[in-house]
Amino acid sequence: MLRGRAFKFGDDISTDHIAPGRLAHLRSNLPELARHVLEDADVTFASRVKAGDFIVAGGNFGLGSSREHAPLIIKLAGVSAILAKSVARIFFRNAINLGLPVLICDTDRIDDGDELEIDLAAGAIVDRTNGKELAFDKIPPVMLAILNEGGLIPYIKKYGGFRL
Amino acid sequence: MAKTLAEKILSEKSQGDARSGDIVVAQVDLVFVQDTTGPLTIDEFRKLGFERLANPKKTFLFLDHAAPSPNHQLSSDHIKLRQFARQFGCRLYDVGDGVCHQVVAESLARPGDVIVGADSHTVTTGALGSLATGMGSSDVAVILGLGKTWFRVPETIRVVVSGDFKAGVSAKDLSLHLIGRLGADGATYKALEFGGDTVDRMSLSGRLTIANMAVEAGAKLGLLPSDEITRDYLASQGRAEHYRPLSPDAKASYEQRISIDAADLEPTVSRPHTVDNTAPARELKGIKIQQVFIGTCTSGRLEDLAVAADILRGKQHHRDTRLIVAPASRRVLLEAIAAGHIQTLAQAGAVILPPGCGPCLGLHQGVLGRGEACLSTANRNFKGRMGSPEAFIYLASPATAAATALTGEITDPREVL
Ligand code: SF4
Repeated sequence: MLRGRAFKFGDDISTDHIAPGRLAHLRSNLPELARHVLEDADVTFASRVKAGDFIVAGGNFGLGSSREHAPLIIKLAGVSAILAKSVARIFFRNAINLGLPVLICDTDRIDDGDELEIDLAAGAIVDRTNGKELAFDKIPPVMLAILNEGGLIPYIKKYGGFRL
Repeated sequence: MAKTLAEKILSEKSQGDARSGDIVVAQVDLVFVQDTTGPLTIDEFRKLGFERLANPKKTFLFLDHAAPSPNHQLSSDHIKLRQFARQFGCRLYDVGDGVCHQVVAESLARPGDVIVGADSHTVTTGALGSLATGMGSSDVAVILGLGKTWFRVPETIRVVVSGDFKAGVSAKDLSLHLIGRLGADGATYKALEFGGDTVDRMSLSGRLTIANMAVEAGAKLGLLPSDEITRDYLASQGRAEHYRPLSPDAKASYEQRISIDAADLEPTVSRPHTVDNTAPARELKGIKIQQVFIGTCTSGRLEDLAVAADILRGKQHHRDTRLIVAPASRRVLLEAIAAGHIQTLAQAGAVILPPGCGPCLGLHQGVLGRGEACLSTANRNFKGRMGSPEAFIYLASPATAAATALTGEITDPREVL
């Protein structure tokens, strides 16, 4: 069971909002880069987010670059899952490969600061603040298998290749 | 059964019958990283415990995003990539060789290849009929070691373009128009497959531009057929033997079809801060621009520099608008020198940068300050991309960029032609 607060963001939050190119020199210093996570969307986010919290976004989250540093520093900042109306393809793959769940659901029903509880296995999100329950789309089986192993690296180390 | 280009290539490379919606494991023919995604890929490759590359002759490293390096941290990343190339026996293209996608198009991509790069604009070489897509460092690290990866065979949107462009209008305007129409997520997880008589006549340079920008509509692939124009291009790069014809089956099934009449298009601009926020250039007259940037994997080829040189010949850029030009590759630079374009642009007051990404991602060589506006021939205008999050990025064709450099405000190039 995942528990934490919702941090709301709008539509089209790009990898440049999350980990801007101008900070590329910090990519080999991930803890430092993580202090700037999502800086161009909300400068206060990095200092407010706590372990277990959730990013709750609109449509097309993570569009743009293939830089895996974007989901990586979101994870390093303590975020336990990303909820969005939709997510860009490469970002989706990258997040799952890092063991960071991305859940597609109707995020309009969640307000900023709400306390959420998420049961990944049951596919249920409960908003403790407003009492609502909502479902999220099924994660495709191949991605679920990778997520269940904690990411692509542990998955490949375990199986030595792809088992579809 | 009739197949789309994506289904054809993925069937061949997974040795099965790949249909949209299927998940397949396919052989990867060519894999590459660049200097901002490569270091993490190397870390992950080592974590995976691989001792050798699956295919060292088909693995490439590029130093292009920070080329030459602007600071010691990025220099350390470059050192790490150079050492990896030496240790594992793969080729590194060093600073000054050019943007990875342009070099892959010129020297490496073959029609029908599956190509994966640790860069989202890997879609660019879909222009040669390669199935090319970007992935993150973990996926690419696994490909380095295994030589294959999994794909979901995408549904395809068929884009048919017919008719002739009007003067001052080019492939870049077509791309911007299409993304404005589809939206920045209108093709997410899908392939955009281009065809029609306009595309059949289009140069490889223009084809690379439209394949490059497919990802800005969320697409996983931007695919074009491999035909006589592809054959001539490959021959011009000294690798005629890499040609093979490739086209979708006439009865392939598409999720959606879009028709565009090229004659209806006009010079188009994406406004801040999303690529789909498009408008005709003429409606944006009066917006002052402090920096014009011509270059990138989208629009930094010889044809693009020629268009800009034609508009700027014998003239000077506006005194309040600096003009920055970065050829996409060393080959482009050399050809542009031989053709006189570099001379023309430098005489018009342009700063000529080394081949590479230049200021495209806000690292160096033209970083925007607070409140500044840039008109760029690149593919992305997200907030903060070229420097200050309080700067503004407009995207347009090389012709619109050159016209804007002359007047200091966004200008429809037909006004200066
Ligand atoms: S030119 Fe710009 S878009 Fe192209 S690879 Fe370089 S940074 Fe990316």
